[in-house]
This record gives sequence, structure tokens and C-alpha cells, in this order.
Amino acid sequence: MATVTSDNRGLRLWTRYAVLILVAVIFVFPLLFMVMSSFKPSTQLLLDSKSLRAFLPVGDLSLQNYTDAFIRAPIGVFVFNSVLVTGVTVVLCLFVCSLAAFAFVFIDWSGKAVIFSVLLATLIIPYETIFIPLLLMASQLPWIGADGFELGWLNTYRVQIVPFIADALSIFLFVQFFKDLPKELIEACRVEGASWWTIYRKVVMPLSGPVIATAAILKFLFMYNQFLWPLMVVQEESIRPVMVGLGYFTDQLNVPWGEVMAYLTIITVPVLAFYLALQRVFIASVASTGVK
Amino acid sequence: MATVRLRDVRKSYGSVEVIKGVDIDIEDGEFVVFVGPSGCGKSTLLRMIAGLEDISDGTLEIDGQVVNDLEPKQRGIAMVFQTYAIFPHMTVRENVAFGLTIAGASKEEKERKVAEAARVLQMEHLLDRRPSQLSGGQRQRVAIGRAIVRDPKVFLFDEPLSNLDAALRMNMRMEIGKLHQDLKASMIYVTHDQVEAMTLADKIVVLKGGKVMQVGTPMELYHNPANLFVAGFLGAPSMNFLQVDVKEAAGDRVVVGNGALDPLQISAEGSSFRAGDRAILGVRPQYLDPSEDAAGMLHGQVELTERLGSETVVDIGLRDGSSIIAAISEDRVLKAGSNIGLTFDATKAHLFPHEEIREEAH
Ligand SMILES: Nc1ncnc2c1ncn2[C@@H]1O[C@H](COP(=O)(O)OP(=O)(O)OP(=O)(O)O)[C@@H](O)[C@H]1O
Ligand SMILES: [Mg+2]
Repeated sequence: MATVTSDNRGLRLWTRYAVLILVAVIFVFPLLFMVMSSFKPSTQLLLDSKSLRAFLPVGDLSLQNYTDAFIRAPIGVFVFNSVLVTGVTVVLCLFVCSLAAFAFVFIDWSGKAVIFSVLLATLIIPYETIFIPLLLMASQLPWIGADGFELGWLNTYRVQIVPFIADALSIFLFVQFFKDLPKELIEACRVEGASWWTIYRKVVMPLSGPVIATAAILKFLFMYNQFLWPLMVVQEESIRPVMVGLGYFTDQLNVPWGEVMAYLTIITVPVLAFYLALQRVFIASVASTGVK
Repeated sequence: MATVRLRDVRKSYGSVEVIKGVDIDIEDGEFVVFVGPSGCGKSTLLRMIAGLEDISDGTLEIDGQVVNDLEPKQRGIAMVFQTYAIFPHMTVRENVAFGLTIAGASKEEKERKVAEAARVLQMEHLLDRRPSQLSGGQRQRVAIGRAIVRDPKVFLFDEPLSNLDAALRMNMRMEIGKLHQDLKASMIYVTHDQVEAMTLADKIVVLKGGKVMQVGTPMELYHNPANLFVAGFLGAPSMNFLQVDVKEAAGDRVVVGNGALDPLQISAEGSSFRAGDRAILGVRPQYLDPSEDAAGMLHGQVELTERLGSETVVDIGLRDGSSIIAAISEDRVLKAGSNIGLTFDATKAHLFPHEEIREEAH
């Protein structure tokens, strides 16, 4: 009896691992290909790509691609720009969107339902369709700069950040999570005399680790992968993000594939770092609050 | 400490009225229990007093001040919720001190008050734990602790014990009773457990369908229920109701009877029964005295006996086909199937108009 059960469990565990490993392999192979290729000369890289050798560290390996890539493009500047723009946007987005969601879930005000539906409706508008109007708008927006009042946001960091701070998806994620928090917790706060701001800061946000992590990851990926918008609104090299920087390598007759792979490997590092950091936060928050 | 007065208080959700004009007076230091069946509006009423729900109509006064439009925090109340509602990411100490922290109390004051609350609730050893490391009873203690440190004028409890098991519930019930004696604060306590209501209350408010059915001390309600609903709601096992016919009626003196009941004269003060009416006679199981000598006012056959230890509950089938329950002392033995007669003190029986049966149906 006991052995049957444990066999069964063992088998189930095995199948589960097998499936997970398979999925992991499918996801890992492209990355492996990218990293391995970044050490190979372009000619060998193209030859290897016809066999399993593409995923193996074989042949003529060197850091040549990396040195060449750094010469071809100001990679440090691009990575800095992307990390800056993405980081600032993620932080502001988490703050603004969670505040908005807080108002939608916990505070009663008239017109709430209508505004929330309108907000959700914006989810179905493809981003590309509003590009041109956005671009025109960005070129006309006022700003108080170093030399006083000026018009136009093109070629700035802010044009890469501000339009993306608030978005319906992040608000929606927070709303769903907040709705599942016990409403008695909020009521207890109100009875105890807490202001909305205190409730947000001292109770709701500390319990929202999981959704903060989720929203942060989604936003990070979206921002880090930004291409079309910065391509249009930023002409100056010094404030370009990484994805636009890829053009330095691919806008060629003979694409230097080794360098492309080296560049991609470099710009993947911040993403990995971000993931690992958030994973820690996520697990810590689930463990300490018991809120899943 | 404070008085609480509700005057024709109403609450509607959209077009549905759930509190239909409630008047209640709560004196300083009184322990008032709201009881009633599920959905009767107990929680809604309590939450209106707390300020968590708007009051659609009527006035609510706390300590002589109309507070309809005040925020919960301005009303000087504290509330204990059924689900405890303590903060999972804070230690017990931080939870208990939460209201003080918000009010900007000094560190010394916080420490003193938390220590005091912990002593009263016997949870000094729990102060550094997190809620996830506490049992249900301990969590509810934390919630009560959070309520008492602020010295509120009125305590509100919404079924604070219903998530606890039976033994713990009795324990905590006694502690809440003791707490009230110690603090002498006004408390409003919602429950659907009539034992809690009977044991804790200075005054019980019985609610049904958003209306007050009766207000009084536990014993008043038990001995003089104003209507069929209150009569049936309080007491365990619940009161027996017999359909009877009014044979004669002269002022307060009414003679009733039916196929199983010999004509019986009882007093029904202030009622307007007339000969030929139908009525409901209510007798508590404890007041029925069965005997095997077949003499008595009611006649029937023992169908089932249940020994509860402290008393024995007897199911009796009456001659007219209805059945009745008697609660007798545990040392008496009645055999199932035996024919018996039942006597009871007519002054402890209650007569209700038959129409109330129909009101009960909805
Ligand atoms: N937000 C709401 N919208 C509409 N109806 C509501 C709302 N809250 C409560 N009600 C209704 O009001 C009535 C009273 O609810 P309430 O929660 O006060 O009952 P209760 O006496 O506390 O019951 P229970 O013993 O089950 O807790 C119920 O019929 C309920 O359906
Ligand atoms: Mg309730």
C-alpha cells in the first residue's frame, strides 16, 4: 500500500520534473545560442548554426566580438540610458498605478465605475495606432527648462518616461490584488483613525509584495524593450536606449553577427539582475505576510 | 463611556431598504447585544454606528452629539471584527499599538498602554509574535487589545467569537464579560448566538428583517416575549407553539383549547382575542411537566428521548397529531411509547394572535 503510493508520487514528481526541464530547455536554448555565439567569429558562428555546435563553446573562442562591439557603439551610454529610463518609469508606475488602484478599490466616489471601464477600454487600443498623435503632442508639450519656458519634449529623457508611467494594465493588476485583501483590514484602519495615505503606506502596500513584483517585472520588460517610440522621439545618441542601439549593428550590408550576439548578451545582464532581485523580494514578502 | 441613541435610523441599498426605522437607546456603560437571524441587518446597523456605512435616514447620536456625518475615527468608537482584521505584517505589539501610533502617541505611552492591555488579556508572552503564529483565540485577543488601548467611548463587536471553536468561545465569552465589568464602557455586541446574548447582555435588541422586534433585559425577553418571533428565537430548546382555539374571551382572561388541550384559562394582557379566534399558545419545554399517570392538560405519547446530561429532552406526539418538546431533569426516565399527560403552569404560557404565524413566514 505504502509503496504503491510512494511509487505513484515518485512517478508524478518525475513527470513534473521532465516537463519542467523540457520547458526550461526550450527557453534556455536561444539564450545559450546567443551567449555561445558571442564568443565566436562571425564566419564560424554561421557555420555552427547548422548543427548542435551552435549551443556549445567550441572552436575559435575569444572576446573579440565584445571589443569590436564597444568600438562600434557607445554601449555603456545605451545601457545607462535604458536602465535609467526603465528604472525611473517602473518606480513611478508602481507608485502612480497603485495609488490609482487604491482609489478605485477602497474609496467611494461618484463616476468610479464609468472611469474604470473607460480605463480598461484603453487596453484594447493598440499602442501603434496612437503613435502619430502622441508624437505630435510630444513635439508641442511645454516644459520649464534651464532657459525658462520651452516647447517640445523631443530628444529628452522625460519623453521616454512620462507617457509610460500610468497604464491600464498595471492599474488593473493592482485593482485585482487589492480587491482580494480582506476589506475588514481597511475598515479596521479607518476605525483606528488612519488616513487614506497611512492606510496606503502602512497597510496596503506592505501587504502587496506579490503584485508589486508582478507589475514591476511586466513594466520593466515593456520599458526595456521599447524600440519604436524612442526611435521616433530621440535622435540624439547620448540619450538613446539599448534597443535603438541595436540598429548600429544591424543597419549594415554585412551584419556582424558575432558583435550582435555580444551586444545582446551585454544588454541581457540588467534584465537578469532585475529578475533575481525581484524574486528575492517576492519570496520574502509572501513568507512574511502570508498573503499570496 | 457614552450613550448611543438611534432615532428612526434607516438604510437602503439602492431601492432595497434593509434597516427599516430603528430606535434604540443605549445607556452609559451598558452592554447591549443585537441578535437576530442571518441577514436581519445586525452587522449593517453596527457598521452604521461605526461610520463604515452611510446612514440613509434618521439620526445617530453618540454622547449627545449627532454623528451621522462624522468619519469613523471622529466617533470615538473601537470595533472588533469577526475575522479579527489584525495586520499580518505587524507584530502583536505593533498591531495593538496601531491606533496609538496613528494618533502620534509617545513611545512611553504606547508601551504602557500595550503592556496594560496585554496584562488584561493575558497575552504578554505573545507581544513579539506575528499573527500567523497565533491561534484563533489569540488573534481575537489581539483585536480586542487593539480596541481597548485607545479608551474608546463605545466598543463595537461584530460576531467576534463565531470563528472560534465551542470551548474557546465560552472562554472568550467570559473574558469579554469580565472586560466589560473592568472597563465599564458602553459595548454593542452583535451575535446570532442566543447563549452569548443571554449571558452577556444588560439589554438585548432582537432584530428581524431590519426592524426591532423587542428590546429588554435577557430575562424580560425570556419571560415576556412581545411576539411569536422573540418567543421562538430565545431559549433552547425553543418554545413550543400549539395552535389553539379561543373558546371564551373576557378582557384579559381568555380560555383556549384544542383537540389535545383541555380548556385552559390564561391571562393575555392588552390583547383583543375574541371567542372563535384562532391563537398560538407558547409554552417553554422547561415548564412542561410530563407524568405517566395520564392526568394533565395535554395528552400524548413519548416518541423519543434525548439525554443531554444536564437535562433530558422528550419528543411527545400529541393526540391531535402535532408534537411538542419537554425538557425534564436528567434523573427522570420516560420510556418511548408510553402514554403520558402533561401539566404546566398557565401563568408561564403565552398567547399570541394567529396572524403572527403568517408574519413569521416572511
Ligand atoms: N453592500 C450591500 N448591498 C446590498 N445589500 C446588502 C449589502 N450589505 C448587506 N446587504 C443586505 O442587507 C441585509 C442585512 O445584512 P447584514 O450583513 O447586516 O446581516 P446580518 O444580520 O449581519 O447577518 P449575518 O448574521 O449573516 O451576519 C442582508 O439582506 C444583505 O443582503
Ligand atoms: Mg453579520
